Amino acid sequence: MTDFVLFDEEFQQIKEVIGRLKADAQAKVVFIVDKNGQQIAAQGDLESLDTTSLASLTAGNVAATDGLAKLIGEKEFPVLFHEGEKDNVYIAIVDQRVILVIIFDEHSSLGLVRLRVRKATQDLERIFVSIQRKVEEEKERRHEGVDSPFAEITDEDIDSLFRE
Amino acid sequence: MTFINYAAREINCKIVYYGPGLCGKTTNLQYIYDRTNPAAKGKLISLATETDRTLFFDFLPLDLGTVRGFKTRFHLYTVPGQVFYDASRKLILKGVDGVVFVADSQEARMDANVESLQNLEKNLHEHGFDLATIPYVLQLNKRDLPTAVAADEMYRQLNFKGEPTFEATAPTGVGVFDTLKAVAKQVLMELRKK
Repeated sequence: MTDFVLFDEEFQQIKEVIGRLKADAQAKVVFIVDKNGQQIAAQGDLESLDTTSLASLTAGNVAATDGLAKLIGEKEFPVLFHEGEKDNVYIAIVDQRVILVIIFDEHSSLGLVRLRVRKATQDLERIFVSIQRKVEEEKERRHEGVDSPFAEITDEDIDSLFRE
Repeated sequence: MTFINYAAREINCKIVYYGPGLCGKTTNLQYIYDRTNPAAKGKLISLATETDRTLFFDFLPLDLGTVRGFKTRFHLYTVPGQVFYDASRKLILKGVDGVVFVADSQEARMDANVESLQNLEKNLHEHGFDLATIPYVLQLNKRDLPTAVAADEMYRQLNFKGEPTFEATAPTGVGVFDTLKAVAKQVLMELRKK
């Protein structure tokens, strides 16, 4: 299975897209998580948020809903929405592999978020396609003899992680 | 599926603790959580029933330190062990980098161990993984109980491919970190091959 790789160039592009989405949708927080629960990027008021836990729970939530979808014969539920007293969470699947999460309150509305997400999703899809292409190119380069930065990890490196 | 983040210079890996109901998967995570420096860990999340049985998963993020300029972050998950939660168990194995099988040493649980191990192999297959090649560690837990089956007998029944095997008593921490180290080491070794 191919690892998921994020390069600096695309990371900046992703941050730009979700930063714009946050402003356009008048959201509090926008973040992107991969389907395994790893956070990719986030924008907004993150101080009070445990983003690592949010990422893992979001992925669990999407995985459970995906399971539900398959049980009733659907491919997936591309959008999930949780409505709270003050804050709401809108979750959209991008390119079948990453999850876009928008947290918003009464300063915005479901309609506005939905509208802005559509545009952002297209931009994000383009970026993820470009990442995929880069990973493939990288792999080919490696076959031609360029080593990955991890090729030289030694036993010593690993043991040093576990020294008390 | 390791997530290599060149932008943040981080490697993120996912380790799943698997095993039959009440074998001590959550207790392993709880002990690791209690004994880890607060700066190196996130919140321990448990999605459990009112009677403290795991309903969906437990989750503990750990920072192990830096390797070759990359921060290594491990996300530890447990699965719900009870047989009827199989659909949830399957979901948690998605994108896994390494597996710990926690076996219950009590004689009465030997069948449950074997059944759970077979279930692990089947569910890994559905995600395109093979128990024979994935980083994998066996833990023989509850060694302190009087009904514990002899360790070499358990090894004979459960050891799959000569994987590292540790005797443990999770509530007091015996064998807990040895198990984690062994699986983390294999996961990082895998990165070298890629």
